[in-house]
This record gives sequence, structure tokens and C-alpha cells, in this order.
Amino acid sequence: MKVTVKYFGIIAETAGKKEEILDVTQGMSASELKARQIKTYQIPEAESVQLAVNRDLNTEVELKEGDEVAFLPPFAGG
Amino acid sequence: MDKKKPKKVFVQGAVPPEKIAQSIANHQSKTNIGAHSIFLGQIRADEVNGKTVSAIDYSAYEEMAEDVFHEIREAAFSEFDITCAHIYHSLGKVKTGELCLFVFTSSAHRKIAIDACNYFVEEIKAKVPIYGKEIFGDETHQWKKNS
Repeated sequence: MKVTVKYFGIIAETAGKKEEILDVTQGMSASELKARQIKTYQIPEAESVQLAVNRDLNTEVELKEGDEVAFLPPFAGG
Repeated sequence: MDKKKPKKVFVQGAVPPEKIAQSIANHQSKTNIGAHSIFLGQIRADEVNGKTVSAIDYSAYEEMAEDVFHEIREAAFSEFDITCAHIYHSLGKVKTGELCLFVFTSSAHRKIAIDACNYFVEEIKAKVPIYGKEIFGDETHQWKKNS
């Protein structure tokens, strides 16, 4: 099952990419994917990373085919 | 009503000062307005470990940011009796001394306009997925954190 993963700010810089398509197992939750990618890319300050699934801040959902998952560092607008 | 329509918030580069003057001029025909409140965010030349910030390079999760800007507008219009509200935020590089955020609220009376303007600024800083790379004079950088 494929999901699109997007990285922003310092996370994109750390991962060396802004986007990738990942093959994930059926039934994987957003928080499991978060833990996996934080480990893969050694993303710093992991506790401050928020996930948005299909543009909604939420990690307690089961991922579905075609979902867009964004890894968001703390916001810095203004 | 214009308050229901999603509006384009992001502008490429700095918000030009002329845009502020033009926005004020555009409201002179709306004579039910008695007060405007304006917030302008300007890039500050912060000093970090002896290096000085020369610009901020803004990026965003644009699709989600546009959704969140719209939600903030909807919430502001239900909470405050404002006539209209406009928000512009920069993307890309903005040099020190230039403007990166322009919030403009209008109402019949000053207190509502001022309170709504503050509401927008605080909500934007807290809820919109925007990122700023603070670039120093020697081309090194660090990632901006909102205080």
C-alpha cells in the first residue's frame, strides 16, 4: 500500500528530500510511520514533530492507500 | 459575501509597502467602517553567536496552510463583528527590514478591529504550517522558532 510522505522545514533538510512515496503495511498507523521515519532519518527534536494526514493534524489514524502524510516541525509563520 | 470565499494569502517575496497603502485606499468607499487595525511583521536582524540574520527564506505546506488560513478567517468572523479582513504572508526570501506579514482588519469600532487583528496574528503564528530559514550574512542558516 502506497502513501505520499512530505517533509517540511528542518525535517526536509535533515531527510535530504521534500517528498517520497512509501510502501507501508496494511493497518499501519500514522504514529507508527512517524516513529519509523524519525528513526530512519534521525530527525532531531522528535517530540516537537507533528503529523498531518490529508492536511489534518492527527496521528491516531490508520493509514489508507493514497494518503498524504506530512511531517511538520514547529510552525514559524509571521 | 467575501468573507466566505477562500482568499489567496501567500505572496512571493516581501509584502511591498505600496500594498498597505493600496489596501487602505480600497476601503475608503466602505463608509460603514470606523476603524482599521493593521499588523505588519518585519524581518529583524537578530544576532546569534556573533552572526547577524540578513534574510528569512519562508516555505510552507501551502495546501494545508491555505485551509488553516480559511478556518482562522471563519472563526474570526464568527467571534468578532468585523467588516472585512485581509491577510498576506510571504513565501521565499525576505530581507531584513522588509515586511513578511500584513494583517488588516476593519470594523465599525476600534476595539473590535484591534482585537480581531491580534487574534489573526496569534492564530497565524500558532496554527499555520509555515517555516522560516534564517539566513546569516555568511550564508549559513538556522531554522526560525516562534517565541
